Amino acid sequence: MTKLLVGTRKGFWSLTSDGARETWSIDGPEFLGHIINHAVADPRNRDTVLIGASTGHLGPTVLRSQDGGRTWTEASKPPAFTPGDRLERSVRKVFWLTPGHADEPAVWYAGGSPQGLFRTEDAGDTWAPVDGWNDHPQWQTWAEWPDTEGTPDGSMLHSVIIDPRDANHLYIGLSGGGVFESTDGGNDWAPLNTGCAMDFAPDPDAPFGHDPHCVRLHPLMPDRLYQQNHCGIYRLDRPDTTWTRIGDNMPRDVGDIGFPVELHPRDPDTAWVFPMDGTDVWPRTSPDGRPAAYVTRDAGETWTRLEKGLPERAWFTVKRQAMTVDDGDPVGVYFGTTSGEVWASNDEGESWAPIAQHLPEIYSVEVG
Amino acid sequence: MKVCIPTPLRSYTKQEKWVESEGATVDDVLADLDTKFPGIRFRVVDEHGRLRQHMRIFVNQEAIRDLTTSVTSADELTIMQALSGGCGPARVP
Repeated sequence: MTKLLVGTRKGFWSLTSDGARETWSIDGPEFLGHIINHAVADPRNRDTVLIGASTGHLGPTVLRSQDGGRTWTEASKPPAFTPGDRLERSVRKVFWLTPGHADEPAVWYAGGSPQGLFRTEDAGDTWAPVDGWNDHPQWQTWAEWPDTEGTPDGSMLHSVIIDPRDANHLYIGLSGGGVFESTDGGNDWAPLNTGCAMDFAPDPDAPFGHDPHCVRLHPLMPDRLYQQNHCGIYRLDRPDTTWTRIGDNMPRDVGDIGFPVELHPRDPDTAWVFPMDGTDVWPRTSPDGRPAAYVTRDAGETWTRLEKGLPERAWFTVKRQAMTVDDGDPVGVYFGTTSGEVWASNDEGESWAPIAQHLPEIYSVEVG
Repeated sequence: MKVCIPTPLRSYTKQEKWVESEGATVDDVLADLDTKFPGIRFRVVDEHGRLRQHMRIFVNQEAIRDLTTSVTSADELTIMQALSGGCGPARVP
């Protein structure tokens, strides 16, 4: 049985499969009308689920379940900047949620707009700013500030990654701003963008200002990072500090622009992406309107198109939190679309089937 | 004083449209509401005590944004979401 948590522009749904991951049932909506940016289950305790919500007119918040989504409570102290904050920053949305290190079972991190980082030590009930990031002397230089709600969804902090070997070793992604690394639990930070293209910038060789869309670390090879960037697909094997553009090996007519990148849970050489059209005014739909995922099984040396079962022509976007994998064998791969469909593959992307349709615009799909 | 709660916030008030609250200023009233209905204030006011961009508060028939505005128990306070996207300026419903 696999459970998927689906966050949408207008509420939260969950999908549950049979053992073969062929038949799916849907539950929801929960929080109908609320903007659900990210819904994430805790791998350390699957009964804990957190939702980052921003909800139209109302201030942003975090919703919590400790019984697998049957009942919910609101965080008693949602992510917020410190009153009297030097820049008078105010959290506009809780965009991203990441469960903390296995040795810190109640710790989670949240990324927001503006690009603040927040931390809870009680499984999401009370949150505090990570001052080392939010008040870093370079924050105003690195982050997009003043905050903008510009195209397409404004600035945000995402891809909070904790090294499974060391709870104090963190990575974050800023759209825009770049990838940043901390080795001291978030007190100090440094850019980590060398090798990434920045075609849109006046100084493409600047150490920050990049636009990572999604960054992933392989849990079994924690020195390996993959990145889907506004300007290409990259891999970085630490301690190296220069990203390699593995997207150069994608077909030229498809390109290597997209939002998500997802990793095989047991094979650090295998990753999936979902290319989109980044030409002209950036339609962000599939190139030529022909949806397909691509998979590499050799760490980005070669890529294979995966389109069996997908519509021949379609014009949706797959957002950065809206693709995920399970830990089955073969791995199940899932994505949600801006047109409100969830697609599933129970054979590592070889074939696809729709498992939910007519939902609102999908912002996130995660395994529950 | 009587406070009118808009539908997006009635999950906090068990769907009650009108609730009783008290305070010498609008800010006090919001703080009092938060003790009765935990979490409601932060959905209306940000971490710096500013009324959120898309929220409106009326004291009787008058729209206010200064939360230090004085109120009395005879006043009526209305919290509402701004009508945006095709409507004119927000008006008392």
